[in-house]
Amino acid sequence: MRWRSGSDHWGGLMIALHWLTAVTVFGLFALGLWMTGLTYYDGWYQKGPNLHRGSGVLLFIATGARLLWRLFDGRPRELPSHQPWERIIAKWVHITLYLLLFAVMVSGYLISTADGRALSVFGWFALPATLHGIDGQEDLAGELHLLLATALITLALLHAGAALKHHFIDRDRTLRRMLGL
Amino acid sequence: MKLKFLLPLIMASAITHPASAEEYVIDTDKAHAFIQFRVQHLGYSWLYGRFNTFSGDFSYDEAKPEQARVRVTIDAASIDSNHAERDKHLRSPDFFDVKQFPQASFESTGYKPLGKEKGRLEGKLTLRGVTKPVTLEVSQVGAGNDPWGGYRRGFHGTTTITMADFGIPTNLGPASEKVELTLSIEGIRK
Repeated sequence: MRWRSGSDHWGGLMIALHWLTAVTVFGLFALGLWMTGLTYYDGWYQKGPNLHRGSGVLLFIATGARLLWRLFDGRPRELPSHQPWERIIAKWVHITLYLLLFAVMVSGYLISTADGRALSVFGWFALPATLHGIDGQEDLAGELHLLLATALITLALLHAGAALKHHFIDRDRTLRRMLGL
Repeated sequence: MKLKFLLPLIMASAITHPASAEEYVIDTDKAHAFIQFRVQHLGYSWLYGRFNTFSGDFSYDEAKPEQARVRVTIDAASIDSNHAERDKHLRSPDFFDVKQFPQASFESTGYKPLGKEKGRLEGKLTLRGVTKPVTLEVSQVGAGNDPWGGYRRGFHGTTTITMADFGIPTNLGPASEKVELTLSIEGIRK
């Protein structure tokens, strides 16, 4: 597998970032739903949110780096088997996925930093609060976080469904290309 | 001429509101009133918090203190324990469910003076949609003229409630089932 993307293949770094993001997003969604239902004396009551917050910030950094790398690295051409309507929808789904990713991460950050506290990332470093002290900020940011995350997961499932459609129905290289095959 | 016009009104008001039954509005405007709470954390320490938004009034007659009366309305969502994520949790259905029950309130039903400056205030506390009788141990802090032309009177009252009694579903452990409530208020005479 090559490191950089070319006109007919995705580079190894983009592929790694893509799948890392996929695993993290679904993992964080499940973790978020699970940890908010934990009781006070559960051993994960503190660990769960710490893992959720820390991983979220690392994903934010990875996604920022991924976008920069994508600009620099370029991307392979669309396959000839991709229909014009598929190309348009795919483009908008990809843009919306990126926007939702950032929106989910920013809304999460705004919950944890609503009172001006910094957000600790596994104790390695802390993200300082910026926008804080707005009346009801943690509640509004919390509702948005869940709403946007649900939208992100829904769209990611559509994205995955489309990849499976290309693989099993159209029998083209779309999915295999993202697997580096 | 003005006095002639006002005199009957003053007299009428003196009849309906005898001068001795002083009415006070709780000074939330300038925040000389506090609704604080404290609850044990794991049994190892005290966690303090407060409600930031509330309003109320009281009446107190030094000659007839047993007629004292207090009424306070609290914005449940204004709970503040100095930690945004905890406050968010406290506002959720796990605790106060403020969307469903935005208002908490206290209304006194009777006052039993115990000595000159102390007493026992009976009342109804409504929290999370549940109304229960509570008794506040009250002491008067002081009363008198303020430097700006008004007259003020202040009380300090405390009571202990059990969260489960008010339908709060979350169990924080055996040391944290009860919450101490403090109502520390200053009123400006109307």
